[in-house]
Amino acid sequence: MMVEVRVTANLQNLVNGQRSVRAEGSTVRELLDDLESRYPGFKEMLMSNGHLHRFVNIYLNDEDIRFLRQLDTPLGEGDVLSILPALAGGSR
Amino acid sequence: MSITVYIPTPFRRLAGNQIYLKAEGRTVAEVLESLGSQYPALRHMIYDETEEIPAHISIYLNNQEIHSLQGKQTAVKDGDELAVIPAIAGGQVLTPEQVTRYSRHIIMPQVGPIGQRKLMAAKVLIVGAGGLGGPSALYLALAGVGTIGIIDFDVVDLSNLQRQVLHQNDDVGQPKTLSAKKTILSYNPDVNVVVHNSPLTSDNAMEIIPQYDIVVNGADNFTTRYLVNDASYLCGKTLVDGSILLFDGQAMVFQPGSGCYRCLFPAPPPPGMVPSCAEAGVLGALTGVIGSIQAIEVLKLILEIGESLVSRLLLFDALAMEFRVVKLRRDPKCPLCGDDPTIDKLIDYEGFCGAPFPGHDGA
Repeated sequence: MMVEVRVTANLQNLVNGQRSVRAEGSTVRELLDDLESRYPGFKEMLMSNGHLHRFVNIYLNDEDIRFLRQLDTPLGEGDVLSILPALAGGSR
Repeated sequence: MSITVYIPTPFRRLAGNQIYLKAEGRTVAEVLESLGSQYPALRHMIYDETEEIPAHISIYLNNQEIHSLQGKQTAVKDGDELAVIPAIAGGQVLTPEQVTRYSRHIIMPQVGPIGQRKLMAAKVLIVGAGGLGGPSALYLALAGVGTIGIIDFDVVDLSNLQRQVLHQNDDVGQPKTLSAKKTILSYNPDVNVVVHNSPLTSDNAMEIIPQYDIVVNGADNFTTRYLVNDASYLCGKTLVDGSILLFDGQAMVFQPGSGCYRCLFPAPPPPGMVPSCAEAGVLGALTGVIGSIQAIEVLKLILEIGESLVSRLLLFDALAMEFRVVKLRRDPKCPLCGDDPTIDKLIDYEGFCGAPFPGHDGA
Protein backbone atom coordinates (compact mmCIF):
# COMPACT_ATOMS: atom_id res chain seq x y z
CA MET A 1 0.00 0.00 0.00
CA MET A 2 1.54 3.33 -1.03
CA VAL A 3 0.61 6.11 1.35
CA GLU A 4 1.50 9.79 1.45
CA VAL A 5 3.27 10.83 4.65
CA ARG A 6 3.36 14.50 5.63
CA VAL A 7 5.80 15.82 8.17
CA THR A 8 6.09 19.20 9.91
CA ALA A 9 8.93 21.54 9.06
CA ASN A 10 10.98 20.51 12.10
CA LEU A 11 11.00 16.87 10.89
CA GLN A 12 11.80 17.73 7.29
CA ASN A 13 15.53 17.32 7.74
CA LEU A 14 14.92 13.63 8.50
CA VAL A 15 13.53 13.05 4.99
CA ASN A 16 15.98 15.04 2.86
CA GLY A 17 14.09 18.29 3.29
CA GLN A 18 10.81 17.06 1.81
CA ARG A 19 7.42 18.02 3.31
CA SER A 20 5.77 14.91 2.02
CA VAL A 21 7.12 11.46 1.15
CA ARG A 22 5.53 8.29 -0.23
CA ALA A 23 5.99 5.13 1.76
CA GLU A 24 4.88 1.51 1.61
CA GLY A 25 3.15 -0.62 4.24
CA SER A 26 -0.08 -2.36 5.15
CA THR A 27 0.01 -0.92 8.69
CA VAL A 28 1.46 2.22 10.26
CA ARG A 29 4.22 0.09 11.82
CA GLU A 30 5.25 -1.35 8.44
CA LEU A 31 5.19 2.07 6.91
CA LEU A 32 7.50 3.48 9.58
CA ASP A 33 9.85 0.51 8.98
CA ASP A 34 9.88 1.36 5.28
CA LEU A 35 10.73 4.99 6.05
CA GLU A 36 13.46 3.89 8.47
CA SER A 37 15.06 1.72 5.79
CA ARG A 38 15.28 4.69 3.44
CA TYR A 39 15.85 7.43 6.02
CA PRO A 40 17.88 5.90 8.83
CA GLY A 41 17.17 7.59 12.18
CA PHE A 42 13.59 8.51 11.23
CA LYS A 43 11.92 6.08 13.66
CA GLU A 44 14.15 7.08 16.53
CA MET A 45 12.71 10.61 16.45
CA LEU A 46 9.18 9.23 16.78
CA MET A 47 9.53 6.08 18.86
CA SER A 48 11.35 4.40 21.68
CA ASN A 49 11.02 0.77 22.86
CA GLY A 50 8.48 0.05 20.14
CA HIS A 51 6.13 2.80 21.33
CA LEU A 52 5.34 6.15 19.83
CA HIS A 53 6.70 9.06 21.90
CA ARG A 54 3.96 10.71 23.94
CA PHE A 55 4.72 14.09 22.36
CA VAL A 56 4.25 12.81 18.81
CA ASN A 57 0.89 12.14 17.20
CA ILE A 58 0.26 10.31 13.96
CA TYR A 59 -2.98 11.00 12.14
CA LEU A 60 -4.44 8.67 9.55
CA ASN A 61 -6.38 11.16 7.45
CA ASP A 62 -8.04 13.18 10.24
CA GLU A 63 -8.01 10.57 13.02
CA ASP A 64 -5.36 10.13 15.73
CA ILE A 65 -4.09 6.51 15.45
CA ARG A 66 -4.13 6.26 19.28
CA PHE A 67 -7.91 6.10 18.91
CA LEU A 68 -7.68 3.54 16.08
CA ARG A 69 -5.37 0.50 16.39
CA GLN A 70 -2.24 2.50 17.17
CA LEU A 71 0.78 1.24 15.21
CA ASP A 72 -1.26 -1.72 13.93
CA THR A 73 -3.77 0.58 12.27
CA PRO A 74 -4.26 -0.74 8.71
CA LEU A 75 -3.61 1.56 5.76
CA GLY A 76 -5.55 1.86 2.54
CA GLU A 77 -4.71 3.17 -0.91
CA GLY A 78 -4.96 6.97 -1.00
CA ASP A 79 -4.63 7.42 2.76
CA VAL A 80 -2.66 10.37 4.05
CA LEU A 81 -0.58 10.00 7.18
CA SER A 82 0.45 13.13 9.11
CA ILE A 83 3.20 13.09 11.70
CA LEU A 84 2.83 15.86 14.23
CA PRO A 85 5.13 16.57 17.15
CA ALA A 86 4.10 19.00 19.89
CA LEU A 87 5.32 22.53 19.22
CA ALA A 88 5.91 24.95 22.06
CA GLY A 89 6.61 28.19 20.24
CA GLY A 90 4.58 31.22 21.19
CA SER A 91 7.07 32.86 20.72
CA ARG A 92 9.65 34.69 22.69
CA MET B 1 -47.85 45.65 10.76
CA SER B 2 -47.08 43.99 14.06
CA ILE B 3 -43.47 44.49 15.08
CA THR B 4 -41.55 42.96 17.97
CA VAL B 5 -39.61 45.51 19.98
CA TYR B 6 -36.68 44.45 22.14
CA ILE B 7 -36.41 46.40 25.38
CA PRO B 8 -32.98 46.28 27.04
CA THR B 9 -32.58 45.90 30.78
CA PRO B 10 -32.27 49.61 31.75
CA PHE B 11 -35.62 50.44 30.10
CA ARG B 12 -37.57 47.36 31.15
CA ARG B 13 -39.04 48.87 34.29
CA LEU B 14 -40.52 51.59 32.04
CA ALA B 15 -42.19 48.94 29.88
CA GLY B 16 -43.92 46.67 32.37
CA ASN B 17 -40.74 44.64 32.91
CA GLN B 18 -41.15 42.99 29.54
CA ILE B 19 -38.22 42.00 27.32
CA TYR B 20 -40.23 41.98 24.11
CA LEU B 21 -43.21 44.16 23.29
CA LYS B 22 -45.54 44.22 20.32
CA ALA B 23 -46.20 47.49 18.56
CA GLU B 24 -47.98 48.55 15.37
CA GLY B 25 -46.87 50.79 12.53
CA ARG B 26 -45.71 50.99 8.91
CA THR B 27 -42.49 52.87 9.64
CA VAL B 28 -40.02 52.99 12.50
CA ALA B 29 -41.47 56.35 13.57
CA GLU B 30 -45.00 54.92 13.73
CA VAL B 31 -43.85 51.91 15.72
CA LEU B 32 -42.03 54.14 18.22
CA GLU B 33 -45.13 56.36 18.43
CA SER B 34 -47.30 53.31 19.17
CA LEU B 35 -44.79 52.17 21.77
CA GLY B 36 -44.68 55.61 23.36
CA SER B 37 -48.45 55.83 23.65
CA GLN B 38 -48.52 52.46 25.47
CA TYR B 39 -45.63 53.35 27.77
CA PRO B 40 -45.35 57.13 28.28
CA ALA B 41 -42.31 56.79 30.57
CA LEU B 42 -40.48 54.94 27.82
CA ARG B 43 -41.43 57.68 25.36
CA HIS B 44 -39.55 60.18 27.52
CA MET B 45 -36.43 58.10 27.09
CA ILE B 46 -36.76 57.63 23.33
CA TYR B 47 -37.58 61.24 22.41
CA ASP B 48 -35.99 64.42 23.68
CA GLU B 49 -37.78 67.78 24.10
CA THR B 50 -37.39 68.51 20.38
CA GLU B 51 -39.16 65.22 19.56
CA GLU B 52 -35.95 63.77 18.16
CA ILE B 53 -34.23 60.54 19.17
CA PRO B 54 -31.30 61.64 21.35
CA ALA B 55 -27.76 60.75 20.25
CA HIS B 56 -27.23 58.26 23.05
CA ILE B 57 -30.15 56.11 21.90
CA SER B 58 -29.69 53.85 18.92
CA ILE B 59 -32.57 52.16 17.14
CA TYR B 60 -31.85 48.90 15.36
CA LEU B 61 -34.16 47.28 12.81
CA ASN B 62 -33.21 43.61 12.53
CA ASN B 63 -29.82 44.50 13.98
CA GLN B 64 -29.19 47.33 11.51
CA GLU B 65 -28.86 50.82 12.89
CA ILE B 66 -31.66 52.86 11.30
CA HIS B 67 -29.35 55.72 10.27
CA SER B 68 -27.78 53.29 7.82
CA LEU B 69 -31.30 52.67 6.46
CA GLN B 70 -33.85 55.50 5.99
CA GLY B 71 -33.82 56.72 9.57
CA LYS B 72 -37.19 57.01 11.29
CA GLN B 73 -38.93 56.75 7.93
CA THR B 74 -37.60 53.22 7.35
CA ALA B 75 -40.50 50.96 6.42
CA VAL B 76 -41.17 47.93 8.59
CA LYS B 77 -42.97 44.68 7.86
CA ASP B 78 -44.55 41.88 9.84
CA GLY B 79 -42.00 39.85 11.77
CA ASP B 80 -39.40 42.62 11.90
CA GLU B 81 -37.62 43.22 15.17
CA LEU B 82 -36.84 46.66 16.48
CA ALA B 83 -34.39 47.21 19.33
CA VAL B 84 -34.08 50.38 21.39
CA ILE B 85 -30.52 50.41 22.66
CA PRO B 86 -29.28 53.05 25.05
CA ALA B 87 -25.56 53.73 25.04
CA ILE B 88 -24.81 51.58 28.04
CA ALA B 89 -22.26 48.82 28.25
CA GLY B 90 -21.31 46.95 31.37
CA GLY B 91 -22.78 49.71 33.50
CA GLN B 92 -20.80 52.34 31.62
CA VAL B 93 -22.21 54.90 29.26
CA LEU B 94 -21.26 54.19 25.66
CA THR B 95 -20.20 57.40 23.99
CA PRO B 96 -21.17 58.29 20.43
CA GLU B 97 -17.50 57.81 19.60
CA GLN B 98 -17.70 54.24 20.80
CA VAL B 99 -20.84 53.61 18.80
CA THR B 100 -18.91 54.76 15.72
CA ARG B 101 -15.74 52.87 16.65
CA TYR B 102 -17.52 49.53 16.85
CA SER B 103 -20.06 50.22 14.09
CA ARG B 104 -18.62 47.61 11.68
CA HIS B 105 -19.20 44.99 14.32
CA ILE B 106 -22.51 46.35 15.56
CA ILE B 107 -24.13 46.33 12.09
CA MET B 108 -23.54 42.59 11.75
CA PRO B 109 -26.53 40.62 12.99
CA GLN B 110 -24.15 38.06 14.59
CA VAL B 111 -22.72 40.81 16.81
CA GLY B 112 -25.22 43.62 17.09
CA PRO B 113 -25.40 45.97 20.06
CA ILE B 114 -25.90 43.11 22.47
CA GLY B 115 -22.85 41.26 21.19
CA GLN B 116 -20.78 44.41 21.46
CA ARG B 117 -21.80 44.74 25.08
CA LYS B 118 -20.78 41.12 25.68
CA LEU B 119 -17.35 41.93 24.24
CA MET B 120 -17.06 44.99 26.47
CA ALA B 121 -17.94 42.93 29.52
CA ALA B 122 -15.49 40.11 28.70
CA LYS B 123 -12.19 39.46 30.47
CA VAL B 124 -9.45 37.65 28.57
CA LEU B 125 -6.02 36.62 29.86
CA ILE B 126 -3.16 36.49 27.36
CA VAL B 127 -0.25 34.31 28.47
CA GLY B 128 2.87 35.74 26.85
CA ALA B 129 3.12 39.16 25.20
CA GLY B 130 5.10 37.70 22.31
CA GLY B 131 4.47 36.46 18.79
CA LEU B 132 1.03 34.91 19.36
CA GLY B 133 -0.10 37.04 22.28
CA GLY B 134 0.55 40.17 20.20
CA PRO B 135 -1.94 39.79 17.37
CA SER B 136 -4.43 38.13 19.74
CA ALA B 137 -4.25 41.03 22.18
CA LEU B 138 -4.41 43.65 19.43
CA TYR B 139 -7.48 42.24 17.68
CA LEU B 140 -9.26 41.64 20.96
CA ALA B 141 -8.47 45.21 22.01
CA LEU B 142 -9.66 46.64 18.69
CA ALA B 143 -12.87 44.64 19.05
CA GLY B 144 -13.50 46.33 22.39
CA VAL B 145 -12.92 43.40 24.71
CA GLY B 146 -13.30 45.15 28.05
CA THR B 147 -10.50 43.66 30.12
CA ILE B 148 -7.30 42.20 28.71
CA GLY B 149 -4.81 40.71 31.15
CA ILE B 150 -1.24 40.25 29.98
CA ILE B 151 1.22 38.04 31.82
CA ASP B 152 4.89 38.09 30.85
CA PHE B 153 8.12 38.50 32.75
CA ASP B 154 10.40 39.25 29.82
CA VAL B 155 11.88 42.46 28.42
CA VAL B 156 11.69 43.42 24.75
CA ASP B 157 14.68 42.20 22.77
CA LEU B 158 15.69 43.47 19.34
CA SER B 159 15.20 39.94 17.98
CA ASN B 160 11.51 40.07 19.03
CA LEU B 161 10.76 42.86 16.57
CA GLN B 162 10.84 40.52 13.55
CA ARG B 163 7.34 39.36 14.53
CA GLN B 164 6.02 40.80 17.82
CA VAL B 165 3.60 43.55 16.85
CA LEU B 166 3.02 44.82 20.39
CA HIS B 167 6.58 46.13 20.64
CA GLN B 168 8.48 48.78 18.71
CA ASN B 169 12.06 49.95 18.33
CA ASP B 170 11.95 52.32 21.27
CA ASP B 171 10.63 49.56 23.55
CA VAL B 172 13.80 47.46 23.45
CA GLY B 173 14.88 46.83 27.04
CA GLN B 174 11.42 47.67 28.46
CA PRO B 175 9.25 45.06 30.20
CA LYS B 176 7.02 43.44 27.58
CA THR B 177 3.92 43.94 29.71
CA LEU B 178 4.46 47.71 29.83
CA SER B 179 5.19 47.93 26.13
CA ALA B 180 2.10 45.80 25.44
CA LYS B 181 -0.10 48.01 27.63
CA LYS B 182 1.14 51.17 25.94
CA THR B 183 0.49 49.74 22.45
CA ILE B 184 -2.97 48.41 23.31
CA LEU B 185 -4.05 51.70 24.87
CA SER B 186 -2.75 53.65 21.89
CA TYR B 187 -5.05 51.54 19.69
CA ASN B 188 -8.04 51.59 22.02
CA PRO B 189 -8.10 53.59 25.25
CA ASP B 190 -11.37 51.85 26.26
CA VAL B 191 -9.59 48.65 27.20
CA ASN B 192 -8.76 47.95 30.81
CA VAL B 193 -5.27 46.44 30.46
CA VAL B 194 -4.23 44.45 33.52
CA VAL B 195 -0.51 43.76 33.71
CA HIS B 196 0.97 40.72 35.48
CA ASN B 197 4.70 41.38 35.26
CA SER B 198 5.99 37.96 36.38
CA PRO B 199 6.28 34.43 35.03
CA LEU B 200 3.13 32.31 35.35
CA THR B 201 3.94 29.63 37.92
CA SER B 202 2.19 27.01 40.04
CA ASP B 203 2.21 29.61 42.83
CA ASN B 204 0.27 32.36 41.05
CA ALA B 205 -1.71 30.58 38.31
CA MET B 206 -4.70 29.69 40.49
CA GLU B 207 -4.94 33.31 41.67
CA ILE B 208 -4.62 34.94 38.26
CA ILE B 209 -6.65 32.66 35.95
CA PRO B 210 -9.95 32.79 37.92
CA GLN B 211 -10.02 36.58 37.34
CA TYR B 212 -10.70 35.98 33.64
CA ASP B 213 -13.35 34.34 31.43
CA ILE B 214 -11.07 32.90 28.73
CA VAL B 215 -7.33 32.16 28.56
CA VAL B 216 -5.25 32.64 25.40
CA ASN B 217 -2.02 30.66 25.39
CA GLY B 218 0.97 32.14 23.64
CA ALA B 219 3.61 30.49 25.81
CA ASP B 220 6.93 29.66 24.21
CA ASN B 221 7.87 26.61 26.28
CA PHE B 222 6.37 23.29 27.33
CA THR B 223 6.67 23.94 31.08
CA THR B 224 4.32 26.95 30.90
CA ARG B 225 2.14 25.24 28.29
CA TYR B 226 1.30 22.29 30.57
CA LEU B 227 0.82 24.62 33.54
CA VAL B 228 -1.61 26.82 31.58
CA ASN B 229 -3.49 23.73 30.40
CA ASP B 230 -3.87 22.26 33.88
CA ALA B 231 -4.67 25.54 35.63
CA SER B 232 -7.27 26.52 33.01
CA TYR B 233 -8.96 23.12 33.32
CA LEU B 234 -8.89 23.19 37.13
CA CYS B 235 -10.39 26.71 37.09
CA GLY B 236 -13.08 25.64 34.59
CA LYS B 237 -11.88 28.11 31.97
CA THR B 238 -11.78 27.71 28.21
CA LEU B 239 -8.25 27.75 26.81
CA VAL B 240 -7.58 29.02 23.30
CA ASP B 241 -4.23 27.51 22.44
CA GLY B 242 -1.78 28.16 19.64
CA SER B 243 1.78 27.24 18.81
CA ILE B 244 4.23 27.87 16.00
CA LEU B 245 7.61 26.72 14.78
CA LEU B 246 9.46 27.36 11.53
CA PHE B 247 6.63 27.40 8.96
CA ASP B 248 4.04 25.39 10.93
CA GLY B 249 1.25 26.52 13.18
CA GLN B 250 -1.28 24.72 15.36
CA ALA B 251 -4.44 26.14 16.91
CA MET B 252 -6.98 24.52 19.19
CA VAL B 253 -9.65 25.30 21.77
CA PHE B 254 -9.90 23.31 24.99
CA GLN B 255 -13.17 23.46 26.87
CA PRO B 256 -13.30 21.60 30.17
CA GLY B 257 -14.90 18.24 29.42
CA SER B 258 -14.03 18.08 25.74
CA GLY B 259 -10.34 17.33 25.88
CA CYS B 260 -7.20 19.15 26.91
CA TYR B 261 -3.58 19.59 25.84
CA ARG B 262 -2.66 16.44 27.76
CA CYS B 263 -5.21 14.45 25.71
CA LEU B 264 -3.42 15.70 22.60
CA PHE B 265 0.15 15.35 23.84
CA PRO B 266 0.28 13.30 27.06
CA ALA B 267 3.87 14.27 27.81
CA PRO B 268 6.32 16.90 26.65
CA PRO B 269 9.37 16.03 24.58
CA PRO B 270 12.62 15.69 26.46
CA PRO B 271 14.44 19.04 26.55
CA GLY B 272 16.20 19.71 23.27
CA MET B 273 14.19 17.16 21.24
CA VAL B 274 11.80 19.71 19.74
CA PRO B 275 13.57 23.00 19.20
CA SER B 276 12.13 26.35 20.28
CA CYS B 277 11.59 29.29 17.94
CA ALA B 278 14.72 30.86 19.40
CA GLU B 279 16.71 27.77 18.43
CA ALA B 280 15.11 26.88 15.10
CA GLY B 281 13.43 30.07 13.91
CA VAL B 282 9.92 31.03 12.90
CA LEU B 283 8.45 32.91 9.97
CA GLY B 284 7.32 36.17 11.58
CA ALA B 285 4.08 36.56 9.65
CA LEU B 286 3.03 33.07 10.78
CA THR B 287 2.43 34.51 14.24
CA GLY B 288 -0.13 36.86 12.70
CA VAL B 289 -2.07 33.95 11.19
CA ILE B 290 -2.20 31.79 14.32
CA GLY B 291 -2.56 34.72 16.75
CA SER B 292 -5.45 36.11 14.69
CA ILE B 293 -7.10 32.69 14.63
CA GLN B 294 -6.85 32.62 18.42
CA ALA B 295 -8.46 36.08 18.60
CA ILE B 296 -11.25 34.95 16.26
CA GLU B 297 -11.96 31.92 18.42
CA VAL B 298 -12.09 34.09 21.56
CA LEU B 299 -14.50 36.53 19.89
CA LYS B 300 -16.74 33.65 18.73
CA LEU B 301 -16.78 32.20 22.24
CA ILE B 302 -17.73 35.55 23.79
CA LEU B 303 -20.39 36.20 21.15
CA GLU B 304 -21.59 32.59 21.30
CA ILE B 305 -21.60 32.31 17.52
CA GLY B 306 -20.34 29.81 14.96
CA GLU B 307 -18.53 26.53 15.40
CA SER B 308 -15.74 26.69 17.93
CA LEU B 309 -12.44 24.98 17.17
CA VAL B 310 -13.15 22.77 20.18
CA SER B 311 -12.51 19.03 19.50
CA ARG B 312 -10.51 19.95 16.41
CA LEU B 313 -6.87 20.69 15.82
CA LEU B 314 -6.20 23.21 13.08
CA LEU B 315 -2.88 22.74 11.30
CA PHE B 316 -1.40 25.47 9.15
CA ASP B 317 1.49 24.78 6.78
CA ALA B 318 2.77 28.11 5.49
CA LEU B 319 5.08 26.54 2.90
CA ALA B 320 2.35 24.49 1.25
CA MET B 321 -0.15 27.27 2.14
CA GLU B 322 -2.55 24.67 3.44
CA PHE B 323 -4.92 24.48 6.36
CA ARG B 324 -5.93 21.05 7.62
CA VAL B 325 -8.14 19.95 10.47
CA VAL B 326 -7.75 16.72 12.43
CA LYS B 327 -9.89 15.37 15.23
CA LEU B 328 -8.99 16.11 18.81
CA ARG B 329 -10.54 13.70 21.26
CA ARG B 330 -10.84 13.70 25.01
CA ASP B 331 -8.72 10.79 26.22
CA PRO B 332 -10.65 8.78 28.84
CA LYS B 333 -7.23 7.87 30.29
CA CYS B 334 -6.12 11.52 30.57
CA PRO B 335 -4.67 12.09 34.07
CA LEU B 336 -6.26 15.59 34.16
CA CYS B 337 -9.63 15.42 32.41
CA GLY B 338 -10.10 11.66 31.90
CA ASP B 339 -12.57 9.32 33.60
CA ASP B 340 -10.25 8.58 36.52
CA PRO B 341 -8.14 11.70 36.95
CA THR B 342 -5.04 11.68 39.14
CA ILE B 343 -4.22 15.39 38.86
CA ASP B 344 -6.53 17.49 41.02
CA LYS B 345 -4.13 20.33 41.72
CA LEU B 346 -1.12 21.88 40.05
CA ILE B 347 1.99 19.71 39.96
CA ASP B 348 5.72 20.30 39.69
CA TYR B 349 5.90 21.37 36.04
CA GLU B 350 9.62 21.91 36.02
CA GLY B 351 10.06 18.28 37.11
CA PHE B 352 7.39 17.05 34.68
CA CYS B 353 8.91 18.83 31.70
CA GLY B 354 12.54 18.51 32.80
CA ALA B 355 12.94 22.22 32.17
CA PRO B 356 12.64 25.27 34.42
CA PHE B 357 10.04 27.99 33.94
CA PRO B 358 11.71 30.61 31.80
CA GLY B 359 12.53 33.63 33.86
CA HIS B 360 13.49 31.62 36.92
CA ASP B 361 16.90 30.88 35.51
CA GLY B 362 17.17 34.06 33.51
CA ALA B 363 16.48 32.16 30.27
